[in-house]
Amino acid sequence: MSHALVPNLLLFGRVLRGAGLEVHPGRMLDALTAVEYVGIRSRQDLRATLCALLVHRREDVRLFDDAFDLFWRSHDAGEGGLPLFALGERPRVVAKRVSAADVGLEIHDVTSSDDETPRLTAGAYSDSEVLRSKDFAELTDDEVRRAEALLADMGWRLGTRRTRRWRRGTRGSVDIRHIARVSLKYGGEPIELPRRQRVEKPRPIVALCDVSGSMERYSRMLLQFLCGMVRGTARAESFLFATRLTRVTWHMSQGRAQRGMSALVRTVQDWGGGTRIGESLRAFNVHWARRVMRSEPIVLIVSDGWDRGDPELVAREMARLRRRCDRLIWLNPLLGSASYEPLTRGMLAALDHVDEFLPAHNLASLEQLAVHLFAGRVFRAGIHRAV
Amino acid sequence: MVETLPVPRSVDELQQALAARHYVADRGLAVSIFLALRLKRPLFLEGEAGVGKTEVAKTLAVALDTELIRLQCYEGLDVSHAVYEWNYSRQLLEIRLLEAAHELDRAGTAKHLFTEPFLIKRPLLRALEPTDGRPPVLLIDEIDRADEEFEGYLLELLSDFQVTIPELGPIRASDPPVVVITSNRTRDVHDALKRRCLYCWIEYPDFDKELRIVSAKVPGVSARLAEQVTAFVQELRTVELYKAAGVSETLDWAAALVALDRETIDRDTIEQTLGILLKNQEDILSVRGERLQTLLARALVRGTSSAGSA
Repeated sequence: MSHALVPNLLLFGRVLRGAGLEVHPGRMLDALTAVEYVGIRSRQDLRATLCALLVHRREDVRLFDDAFDLFWRSHDAGEGGLPLFALGERPRVVAKRVSAADVGLEIHDVTSSDDETPRLTAGAYSDSEVLRSKDFAELTDDEVRRAEALLADMGWRLGTRRTRRWRRGTRGSVDIRHIARVSLKYGGEPIELPRRQRVEKPRPIVALCDVSGSMERYSRMLLQFLCGMVRGTARAESFLFATRLTRVTWHMSQGRAQRGMSALVRTVQDWGGGTRIGESLRAFNVHWARRVMRSEPIVLIVSDGWDRGDPELVAREMARLRRRCDRLIWLNPLLGSASYEPLTRGMLAALDHVDEFLPAHNLASLEQLAVHLFAGRVFRAGIHRAV
Repeated sequence: MVETLPVPRSVDELQQALAARHYVADRGLAVSIFLALRLKRPLFLEGEAGVGKTEVAKTLAVALDTELIRLQCYEGLDVSHAVYEWNYSRQLLEIRLLEAAHELDRAGTAKHLFTEPFLIKRPLLRALEPTDGRPPVLLIDEIDRADEEFEGYLLELLSDFQVTIPELGPIRASDPPVVVITSNRTRDVHDALKRRCLYCWIEYPDFDKELRIVSAKVPGVSARLAEQVTAFVQELRTVELYKAAGVSETLDWAAALVALDRETIDRDTIEQTLGILLKNQEDILSVRGERLQTLLARALVRGTSSAGSA
């Protein structure tokens, strides 16, 4: 076996793992052996061999193909190894499963030589990093498509909430009733001590997204993000607002995003109009809160805070909303820019009642949010109120 | 001997029977109740808090002259609180007693311990039990407070009117109870459950209906006060509030005004007693002051004009 092949195969294994495939070390050993049998003359054979050994779910095949194409074609200009390790490591921390684009990625195929040793460009990692960190407003059409794929597959785990329901468990408090029940078979002697613990359920999430004119450059990506969220979690509700509030949970959960998108635009009549945050929040509190705010949800408000209405109304409605949820998170795409300060009156009024004020201008910030929601802890990033 | 319920022969008859018990049901609701009785299907009542959903079940039980069994729902409600539970402490005590009397024999005792005297019957089981008299009215109140798991239990119960206790076997209602399920719509109840029921949305009543309710339900209320109270509440409901005043609030308010010996309503009285109608600080603040004056003025116009026409 070529001396370069073994480290490369191992590296490839790490990339797959990083992409969310479950690649067991034992399987990697099998793969090494198998490659010896099959040889590396034919790319196709190599692909089939590795695929047969390393993939065991249909959904993963495409992911594997992308990773394979990328990995065995790319070529490097020198210190290619290190960033790839980083690439392999990173997504695991970010989310359980990331999309093909994460590995399939945006690596330029600079290979034209016949060099058999496959390596990766240093640019590869940074290039995908560019996409992650590029402001949504500046994405090209192509990048938008790739970013959308990423968003649609983003892993959503929202942390859990303890319910009032009990189940038998191994930990937790002693279940007196159950002890009595079990002890009957020992003639009334409490021999076994069964326990019970609270059932935990994923926390629901309610998102209110601004689609007014000032948000236009971000709306498309943010909607994609909400779609991914509604589909990726069991209990998500989403609403859009500009001057009025529209519930779109149903649209978001239907079929493909593209079809959904045009239906959405038809449903939301004030798309791209002015913003009335206060009125929209009030409409939510009055008409919807009692129906959709159950089990202490996480509330996400996505808006740049440009508001034509009365800041006092915003403050009042925010305060009310805050009392009924577990955490109130405000995502502001403008927060991505270093020079931004939340100075609009509406934004200032709202900030008092916000638990977390986070940026939402690029993929990295949204991924960070996903991790953050899962972690379920409160931390304040970005600028909190500019005092 | 199991009696059958005196099911009304027509919607009119039902409406009159309810009215005789001071429940003013509009035609839509009356038809739903009538069908629920006739088809022996559960009745699913949805509406804002305080529009008289629970009252339907209560009145129905009185009108049908039968027992009302009520199950109040809450999150985490489970079989042992809704259906049945074995009385473990009593079972343990029984073991000790048998032991002391040297009568403990294995097979016999095991059988003996899982018999009816050791069974604690919760509302749903009691509603299914064969009774000496008529089948009861089962009220499952505020189903939206319970969690989805509980809806699962109900599905089984409502489709067959049967529950199975492993130690005793299935218990089936010979004549199914009249089931009324209410929801304040704090969440959407699963369609599978609604599909098994007759669904009825109860609106806030209009002026005439509410006036009839107030006159019927509040002892000692004068016609004039009843009209003004109703007119004011009707006006109040046109204001966008977090929580509008329900019919039960109207009744409480009318009763309070009677207790305060008021013959008419005026601004001060309303200010002092607004807490009976609105239970939300923000709502109270938003109504107080000038706005209240406007509402009152409009209400008085309406109250007197309808009194004039009456």
